[in-house]
Amino acid sequence: MKPALLRPIAAFALLLASAVAARAAGAALDTMAQRLQACAVCHGKEGRATRDGFFPRIAGKPAGYLYRQLRNFQDGRRRNAAMDLLLQNLSDDYLHEIAGYFASLDLPYPPAAKNGLDAARQQLAQTLVRDGAPGRQIPPCAACHGAALAGRLPAIPGLLTLPAYYLSGQLGAWRTDARHAAAPDCMADIAKRLKPEEISAIAQWLSAQTLPAGTHPEAASTAPLPLRCGSVAP
Amino acid sequence: MSGQPARRVAARVAIALVAALCALAALVAWLNVRDEAAPDAGAAPATPAATLVERGAYLARAGNCMGCHTVAGGARFAGGRAIDTPFGAVVAPNLTPDVATGIGAWSAGDFWRALHNGRSRSGRLLYPAFPYPSFTNVTRADSDALYAYLRSVPAVARPNDANALRFPFDTQVALAVWRALYFRPGAFAPDAAQSAAWNRGKYLVEGLGHCAACHSGRNALGGIARNAEFAGGLMPDASWYAPSLAAPAEAGVQGWPREQVVRLLRDGVAEHAVVSGPMAEVVYASTQYLDRADLDAMAAYLGALPRREPEPEHEDAERTSDGALARGDKLYASYCAACHGDHGQGVAGAYPALAGNRLVALASPNNLVQLIRHGGFAPATAGNPRPYGMPPYGQLLDDDAIAAVSTFVRQSWGNAAGPVTPLQVLQVR
Repeated sequence: MKPALLRPIAAFALLLASAVAARAAGAALDTMAQRLQACAVCHGKEGRATRDGFFPRIAGKPAGYLYRQLRNFQDGRRRNAAMDLLLQNLSDDYLHEIAGYFASLDLPYPPAAKNGLDAARQQLAQTLVRDGAPGRQIPPCAACHGAALAGRLPAIPGLLTLPAYYLSGQLGAWRTDARHAAAPDCMADIAKRLKPEEISAIAQWLSAQTLPAGTHPEAASTAPLPLRCGSVAP
Repeated sequence: MSGQPARRVAARVAIALVAALCALAALVAWLNVRDEAAPDAGAAPATPAATLVERGAYLARAGNCMGCHTVAGGARFAGGRAIDTPFGAVVAPNLTPDVATGIGAWSAGDFWRALHNGRSRSGRLLYPAFPYPSFTNVTRADSDALYAYLRSVPAVARPNDANALRFPFDTQVALAVWRALYFRPGAFAPDAAQSAAWNRGKYLVEGLGHCAACHSGRNALGGIARNAEFAGGLMPDASWYAPSLAAPAEAGVQGWPREQVVRLLRDGVAEHAVVSGPMAEVVYASTQYLDRADLDAMAAYLGALPRREPEPEHEDAERTSDGALARGDKLYASYCAACHGDHGQGVAGAYPALAGNRLVALASPNNLVQLIRHGGFAPATAGNPRPYGMPPYGQLLDDDAIAAVSTFVRQSWGNAAGPVTPLQVLQVR
């Protein structure tokens, strides 16, 4: 494991220890939270992983998105040793319920942080997020992920406050065909059109932003997306 | 000249040796074709086709054929999953009715010969990673039903991947010798002295269920060692230990209420047990679909298996010093106690008790280490549709910490199993 990842993991350990200890005495056992303690070790208490470390926040993401990711792991389109093993023997009904549970969690986001980008790279990131790069068929992030980048129902995830490691890791995985979504895999196309330095700037910028409490994914829209995306097909 | 007689002796020895080798080769060859008829085309089935297909689908569940012959996210029965063995990887082939890449050109007789004799349509001997030493007990009628079902699934053109076996295990000669030593074509013979349920259970457990393929000890050649059937053994990839079905201290169910055995196989959980690892996969993909009568039958047979307690590994169980246990105690308090309880008592219906837990106390630490490292959910079944999960603590704990907490749970609350070293944890993959 990369040493850079160890510190946040240790932080998760403390978080988890206090979370489960607090819950230990007499809490109702017949809850999804209790059933899904397995997720807290990486995704944080209530699925609220912070921007530190590698693991993405899952709380409040659209249920359709979360369900598709669970299926992607189960069917080998996404690969993560821990997720592959955990999901191996879970039914489709239960995956839907798990996705719905995490989607229903309405929890505040961490405050904005310094993005560590110099002025030029910050400009680069903001331009790509807001305007895309039309000459290279790269649509702006906001065109699909919502004006506030908080995601869009039913199946497009919010992007802000996710760990920069995670964001660049996913875009990198799409570039190298290590991550797939249902065809046509629009994010794979976009990731392959982005330059590595653009990916790193976008990831750092998105990670450092925040969202006001109570922000939810945008309502579903019938307007066509700039690219065809199998992952949002009904 | 003195060289002359010596040369004559050498020639005689050589001739005798060649003759002996020829005899041995003939014996091996004969042992490989005994009880083998030329494949027939298969009789016109007496049962209506739809019933036969439905029956075959049920039997394919009972044999968990999909478990190996389908990859995650892949087309049903199109093959591709590799089984890691000490001799290399064996890849499950395409069983769909595609003529070029599947078994579309096979007759019911070809299929029966593969199941019963371990020989492919082409005449090649099959590797026993395909558990024909168990499937040889399947009846011709059940074989025909399976065949009818496999004819009914969508044909998928997917060329088979080559096995990745090391020399000499990749040769047909090595396989013929293995078969001469360890494989005898069988036929299920009911025991009139036993109940119908026991006989049905034996047929399922020793036939399609192929329980012995994992739950038996194997020797260095991968054969089931003498008296080791159901006595427990490491999985072929050495990841998990398939505990003994002959020993109530491991996974034996002798003396259990039959209902509890049925629940374990059908729901994945029983009053004092939960399946994990490869057995969770078996329940999820196979046994949860079996009908009540067959589950009862398997429970009857498993409950009546002759008991054989494993030989104790340690003369007297090494007790780790309190100092060394203190670290495990601390880790347990931080990570485990919230669910499994301060005294390893667990929570009924959600978290298994660790005090008196059979898996925790197995001589092989593999399963405990796997569970701590990878966590997991009980299989989601109709009887337990929303299982509780254990976190994959390998994300947080290194091998030293896993060894410490493993040792602690193996030596607390009345548990008295041997300690687990970081080296042992490292070796569990």
